Amino acid sequence: MTTAPPDADELRRRVGEFLAAHDPAATGRTEFLHARFDAGLAWVHYPEGLGGLGAPRALQREVDALFAEAGAPSNHPERNAIGLGMAAPTILAFGTAEQKERFLRPLWCGEEIWCQLFSEPGAGSDLAALGTRAVPDGDGWTVNGQKVWTSMAHEARWAILVTRTDPAVPKHRGMTYFVCDMTAPGVEVRPLRQITGEAEFNEVFLTDVRIPDEHRLGGVGDGWRVATTTLMNERVAIGGAAAPRESGMIGVVAGLWRDRPEVRSPGHHDTLMRLWVESEAARLTGERLRQQLTAGEPGPEGSAAKLAFAKLNQEISGLELELLGDDGLRYDDWTMRRPSEVDFTRRSPGYRYLRAKGNSIEGGTSEILRNIVAERVLGLPGEIRVDKDVPWKDLPK
Amino acid sequence: MSDLLYSEIENDLRSGVREVLGDKAPWTDVLAGTEKDEPYDAALWDAVAARLGCAGLPVPEELGGAGATWRETAVVMEELGRAVAPVPFLTSSVLATAALLAAGERELLAELASGNRVAVLAVPFGTAPGAAAPTVRAEDGRLTGEVRSVADGAAADVLLVPAGGGLYAVDAADAARTPVTSLDMTRRLSDIAFAGAPAWPIAEGDGPVGAALTAGAAMLASEQLGLAEQCLATTVEYLKTRYQFGRPVGSYQGLKHRLADLWTSITQARAVARHAASCLAANDPDLPVAVAVAQAHCSAVAVRAAEECVQMHGGIGFTWEHPAHLYLKRAKSASIALGTPDRHRAALAAIVDLPPPDPA
Repeated sequence: MTTAPPDADELRRRVGEFLAAHDPAATGRTEFLHARFDAGLAWVHYPEGLGGLGAPRALQREVDALFAEAGAPSNHPERNAIGLGMAAPTILAFGTAEQKERFLRPLWCGEEIWCQLFSEPGAGSDLAALGTRAVPDGDGWTVNGQKVWTSMAHEARWAILVTRTDPAVPKHRGMTYFVCDMTAPGVEVRPLRQITGEAEFNEVFLTDVRIPDEHRLGGVGDGWRVATTTLMNERVAIGGAAAPRESGMIGVVAGLWRDRPEVRSPGHHDTLMRLWVESEAARLTGERLRQQLTAGEPGPEGSAAKLAFAKLNQEISGLELELLGDDGLRYDDWTMRRPSEVDFTRRSPGYRYLRAKGNSIEGGTSEILRNIVAERVLGLPGEIRVDKDVPWKDLPK
Repeated sequence: MSDLLYSEIENDLRSGVREVLGDKAPWTDVLAGTEKDEPYDAALWDAVAARLGCAGLPVPEELGGAGATWRETAVVMEELGRAVAPVPFLTSSVLATAALLAAGERELLAELASGNRVAVLAVPFGTAPGAAAPTVRAEDGRLTGEVRSVADGAAADVLLVPAGGGLYAVDAADAARTPVTSLDMTRRLSDIAFAGAPAWPIAEGDGPVGAALTAGAAMLASEQLGLAEQCLATTVEYLKTRYQFGRPVGSYQGLKHRLADLWTSITQARAVARHAASCLAANDPDLPVAVAVAQAHCSAVAVRAAEECVQMHGGIGFTWEHPAHLYLKRAKSASIALGTPDRHRAALAAIVDLPPPDPA
């Protein structure tokens, strides 16, 4: 029997029914989240039986709001961004029935944190050049290599991992995608200290790590296609509230300008006003993007938003240090902290300046983003690819 | 938060205007027009203003208009900018119309809305909102004085003149109008002299002039958006077909990255111009901020787009026979018109409480 996917009214009804049967105040956290998942009210656009009801994705926001209003326990999505935003949609698209059954529920409920083993020291922007080897070994695989820029690796139970399985073919063709057990012997996680002094990220060394074949996602040699799905799913925020004016970095500097007249100078005033206008333009562009998504007309403006955000954060944090003069020469703390989230406003101006340098590198460098905009949005010719038809093993490294 | 998208009606309106402009204002005609004596394209104006009914978009139906809003007017501005169309739409259908709406005037407003007459606000075109400084005296219903650099002054049937603490209307035939060889010959300037010209009062106070300049600045942002989009589109097309060193010029990162950045700035220009138009349409309290942001941003983006268009076309872009210079001249003039970006940033600084340093 085929039934139509539930609409907003039906979802509201089901949430009400669920809350009546599972009083948030009287139900244990894990028990509540398990029940919510099993009722299909976790991610409503997922299929029935996997935490969803096949409903339109746009309705998720209201469902979440209803649960939040009722004081329901949260699955803390901010702690499992890679899991929810990247691993889950990839498992849904390429996983076997057993894989979906095994992984999605504890992932959504926040019981198992995920991380991403993609980038390598020799494969940054050119991810497809990666060299971590997976070699068939009995009923599974043996993996050796080094991954880098892995956030949450030190807390993760599972990883999504891309490996090279056939070095004799051109780079895009010889890759295979796995789920990797982060507690397996041979997985070593080391903090990667960054220019701010702290370590948000990790290096992950894989030494003779055994992965059973049932943890392969997609076909052997099909890893690039699977990885592309993961990367396309980098979380798109649908809905959410409009950012207020002067939110983010510009608000910090505007506040400084207002509170401390002694920092003001004519040249800095000009710079401040230019950046204020650019920040407001970026804010309105984000709002327009949000409206497009809500109206079901997604555009390519997201890449523009990231380019603008990186440039603005860097310029504004640089201005803040200059405005502060002598105080800009001081730093709050160089000890190697292990933060679980990045917060620009809670640390010192020097931290903001340094951390903002990462904004034009992480999640696609600004240079690669410009290539993408030029080629995919404007339709300009692609870069010349000298490595296109060369077997991976023959590429200069 | 205002609606920053385009409605179906707005998209239909855009198609209609674009079709007329494509038919009646190809750039070759626009270029030829810059060397003619006629100060604007009267046939094109009739088609857009009267027959399409664009002149009266923001005017209520009971006052003889189309009963739409400044949002739809902004869409027309985008298309006129895209075509660098030589018609007095900004000056008559935006600035003069906004002044008359604010003044509560009905008779002349209806004539402007029908597209049958053209009125122009007699202030220097570079005047920013809040910066009007009348140079004309009013005595016994007669005006005396001079105003330099009035946009579309030669196109006007009626001049709206700030004088003596109020706003007056003067039959254009009663003023001495001297054509100015303008940087932008698609929107020409005139120097205007009044020597005891008979005038009739429109309004007391400077409210209508301020409203006109604010509306003009808000709508100009949309014209700048359309112009910038057109410059980007023609440049991208050219870079795909132009080969040097055996490759399409558009395959070089030195050009691709600049165009990607320009595209990014244009996506922002679209958002800020839409916000300004929506705020004007709704008389939103955020209007002064929205207008200053839109002008500071869109002026700069349009100039950059036109400058990149010239540069990336190489030699051909520097010739009279290529349209790039029409866009460059319009963009640079428009960036000065109704206040430079610097003026708008200074205005903004006062509104959002980010004052400049005290003078030493």
